[in-house]
Amino acid sequence: MNKRILEMIGGRLAVAILSLFLVSLAVFFITELLPGDTAQELLGQAVTTEAASQLRETLGLDRPAILRYFEWIFGLLTGDLGYSHVSDRPVASLVAERLPNSLTLAAVTMAITIPLALSLGIFAAIWKGSIFDRAISSVAIMLVSFPEFMIATLLVMWLSVYLQWLPALSFIPTTADLHTVVLAYIMPVSVLVFGSCSQMIRLSRAAIADAMVTPYVEMAMLKGASRSRMVLGHALPNSVAPIVNSVALSMSGLLGGVIIVETVFNYPGLAKLMVDGVSTRDMPLIQTCSMIFCGFYLVLITAADIIAILSNPRLR
Amino acid sequence: MTKYPKTAGETLVSIEDLRVTATTDSGRTIEILKGVSFDVRRGEVLALIGESGSGKTTIALSLLAYARAGCHFSGGHVLFDGVDLITLDEGARRKLRGNKVSYVPQSAAASFNPSKKIMDQVVEVAEIHGILDKASARDKAIGLFRSLSLPSPETIGDRYPHQVSGGQLQRLAAAMALLGDPELVVFDEPTTALDVTTQIEVLRAFKSAILDRGMTGVYVSHDLAVVAQISDRIIVLKDGEIQEAGKTEQIVGAPAHPYTQALISAFEPVEAEAAGSRLTKGAVLEMRDVVAGYGNMKSDGKPHIIAVDGVSFALQRGHSLGVIGESGCGKSTLLRVAAGLLPAASGACVLDGKDLRPQVSARSKDELRKMQIVFQLADTALNPAQTVGNIIGRPLTFYHGMKGETRDKQVIELLDMVRMPAQFRHRLPRELSGGQRQRINLARALAAKPDVLLCDEITSALDTVVAAKVLELLKELQRELHLSYLFVSHDIHTVRSLCDEVMVMFGGKKLETFAAADLHAEARHPYTKLLASSLPTLDPGWLDNLKQDPELVRKFAHA
Repeated sequence: MNKRILEMIGGRLAVAILSLFLVSLAVFFITELLPGDTAQELLGQAVTTEAASQLRETLGLDRPAILRYFEWIFGLLTGDLGYSHVSDRPVASLVAERLPNSLTLAAVTMAITIPLALSLGIFAAIWKGSIFDRAISSVAIMLVSFPEFMIATLLVMWLSVYLQWLPALSFIPTTADLHTVVLAYIMPVSVLVFGSCSQMIRLSRAAIADAMVTPYVEMAMLKGASRSRMVLGHALPNSVAPIVNSVALSMSGLLGGVIIVETVFNYPGLAKLMVDGVSTRDMPLIQTCSMIFCGFYLVLITAADIIAILSNPRLR
Repeated sequence: MTKYPKTAGETLVSIEDLRVTATTDSGRTIEILKGVSFDVRRGEVLALIGESGSGKTTIALSLLAYARAGCHFSGGHVLFDGVDLITLDEGARRKLRGNKVSYVPQSAAASFNPSKKIMDQVVEVAEIHGILDKASARDKAIGLFRSLSLPSPETIGDRYPHQVSGGQLQRLAAAMALLGDPELVVFDEPTTALDVTTQIEVLRAFKSAILDRGMTGVYVSHDLAVVAQISDRIIVLKDGEIQEAGKTEQIVGAPAHPYTQALISAFEPVEAEAAGSRLTKGAVLEMRDVVAGYGNMKSDGKPHIIAVDGVSFALQRGHSLGVIGESGCGKSTLLRVAAGLLPAASGACVLDGKDLRPQVSARSKDELRKMQIVFQLADTALNPAQTVGNIIGRPLTFYHGMKGETRDKQVIELLDMVRMPAQFRHRLPRELSGGQRQRINLARALAAKPDVLLCDEITSALDTVVAAKVLELLKELQRELHLSYLFVSHDIHTVRSLCDEVMVMFGGKKLETFAAADLHAEARHPYTKLLASSLPTLDPGWLDNLKQDPELVRKFAHA
C-alpha cells in the first residue's frame, strides 16, 4: 500500500459519493415530474381541488421542492428514510421488512453465479475452440438475447403450469420449512442466474483469450508450461481487472433483474415494494428505494475499480 | 570450433528439408520455409541472419517444436538428438521446452509476465519439469544472475518486471533460459530492442555465459555485426531459403552470395557530401531554449515530467541536422514540439524568420505546409482504408486546392519522386512492403511542398538494405528540392551518412552539436564517443577488444 494507491482509491470513493449526490437530485426531481401526487392518489380520482390542496398543506407538499429535497437528503443522512403516507408507516419499517428478502435472493444468486460463470468462462478459454467452448459460447449468447421476463414466464409455464413441480408464486410464509423455501427459491434464482451468468462467461472468456495471445504467455509455453498453467498461472492474474468489472456489471444488472423477478413471482422483496410504490404514487418510498438501488450499484462498481487498482502490479 | 575450446562436435540438431506453411485470414496459404536443411553441432553457436520475413524466427521456434498460430509444419524433419520433434505429441513437446531446448525472446519486457515477480518466473522452469526444489532453484538463479553481472543478484528477483531496466530484463530472460541446463539455447534477436550502449553489456554477458558453459546456441538476428561477435557459423536466409552458410570469418570477410554482399555493403560507412556544395541562406528552422514535457504544469511553469530541457538549435536551409541519443533522451519529443503536436512550455520556435505558435492548431495553413513530419512507423501512419492515391492526394487538395486530373498528375509525379511506379496509386497500404510504405509516407509529406521535413526514426523499422535505399532517396530529394531535414535517429551511422550537422542529446539536454565529419574528433563529448564506440562492427574480435571507460558507461548507459 503506497500513497499513490491510497490517492487513487480516495479519488474513486469521492467520485462514488459525488455520483450518489447527483443521483439523489435526479431521483427527487424526476419523481417530482411524475403526473399526480400522493394527495391525489390518497383521495382518489373524484377529489375536489380544495380537498387535495388542503391535504397537500397538511402533508407539507405545498412547500417549494428544493426545500423538501434538502429535508429529504438530511433525513437520509441522519437515518430518517421518510414517512409513507400511502401505507401510513415509516419508510424505514417497510424497507426493513423487505430488504432482507431481496438481499437473500441476491446473495443466493451471486453465490451460484460467480463460481459457475467464472469457471465456465475460464474452462472455455483453456479449451478454446473445443466443442465445450463452442457449446458454452452459443448457450451464453442465446441466454443473453432472451429477456428475463420471458425466461421467467417460460419457466412458470413449464415448471408450474405444465409439470406442476414448483409453486408459481414465491411468497414464503414465516412458518415455512426448508423444503418449501428451497422450492420457492428455485425459479427466481434460476432466472437471475441465467440473466447474469451469460455476460460474465463471455467477458471472462474474452479477457483470458486476450491475455493468451501475449508474448508472456507464449514464453510460458516455451518454458514447457501446460495449457492450464498458461491460463491459471499467467493469463488469469493479468485478467483480474476486466473480470472483476464484468462481475460487478453482471451484479448490477442483477438489480434490474430483481425488479422483474420479484414482480413476476410476487416475491416480497424491495423491488416489489418499489413497483407497488410507483403504482400508488408513494413518493418517499420510491425515492428511498431508488437511492438504495443506486447505492448498491455504486458500491459494486467502486469495489470493482478498487480491486482493479489493487491488482495492478505497477502500483504495488 | 576453432574459436572456443569446446567439447565434442557431434551433431545435436539436424534440420532436413523443413517446410512451414501459413494460412492467412483470407484462407490463402503461404510457404514461410521452403525446404531448409542444416545441422547444429554440440558446443557451437550458429547464427541465423536475415531480414523480416526471411523465416529466421520460424526456424528458431521449430527447434522448440512450436509453430505460431496460423502456421504448421508441412514437411521435413527437425531431428534433436535423433528424435524428430515434428512427430512428437503435445505432452512430449512440453517436456522438451525449457528443459532440453530453451528460448531467449526478443523483447524480455513483453515476455515477462507483468503481474508476477521475476524470481517466480525464472524458477518456473524447474517447477514445471521437476528439476530442482524451490530453494535450490532460487540459489541457482541467483548464481546465474551473478554470472550475467546483474546488479544485486540476491534481491533483483524479488522485483516486478517493470521495476528493472530493459538491459537487465534481457539478461534475466537469459538466466531464465539457462536455469534448466538446456542442451540448446535459442536466442531470438535478444538485443534488438536495446540501446547500443546497453547492448554491449548484454552481449558481453551472453558471450561469457556461452563460453563458460560450452553452450550450444542458435542466435537469430538481423544484425550481422552483432552476430559476428558471438557466433561460430552463420546461415544467411532470405524468403524462407538458405542463401549462404559458412564460418563467421568467411561470411563477414568474403561473402560469396550477392545477397550477403548487399547486407555487408550496407555496413560500409557512407559520408554525407560536404555541405559547402549546397547553397545556404541562413536558418530555416530555429528553436531557442525549448522546454517541453508531459503531465500537469507545476507552479514554476514547467511540466511535471520534463522531456526536453532548454534545447536550442538552428537548421540551415538545404541542410540536414541529425539528432541522436538513446531511448528517453527527448529527441522525438523535440520533433513533436517543432511540429506543434506537443506545445512547448517555454522557448521559441522560429520558421523562416517567423515565430510559430506552440500548438499546431494555432498555426496558419502556410506554416503547416512549410514543415511536414514523417513518422517512424509507416504501417500505423497510413490510413489502411485509403488507397495510396488518396493518401498522397489529400495534402494536395488541402494545401494547394488540387482536384481531378491535376491532382492525379501530381500524385503520379510524387510517386515518381519516391521512385514508385504510377499504378501503385490504386493500392492499399497493406499491399505494399515496409520500404514501399515508408516511401509513400515520404511522398505524402512531400505533397505539401514543404521546406522542412521532420523525420522521426524513419529508417529504424526497416531492414538494413531497404533502409540504405531510403536514405539514398532522401539525399537525392534534398538535392532536387532543396529540402532541409531535422532527422531524429538512435543510429549514429544513419545520421552520419545523411546529415551535415549532428546534435547529441542526453536526458532531455543538448550535449553538443558538431559537423558530421568531425564525429571522431578528439574534442567530442565523452558520451558521443561512447555512442560511437558502442556500435558493433563486422570485425569478429570487436567486442573482445572493445575498451570502454567503466565510469563513463555507468554514467550514461541504462543497462
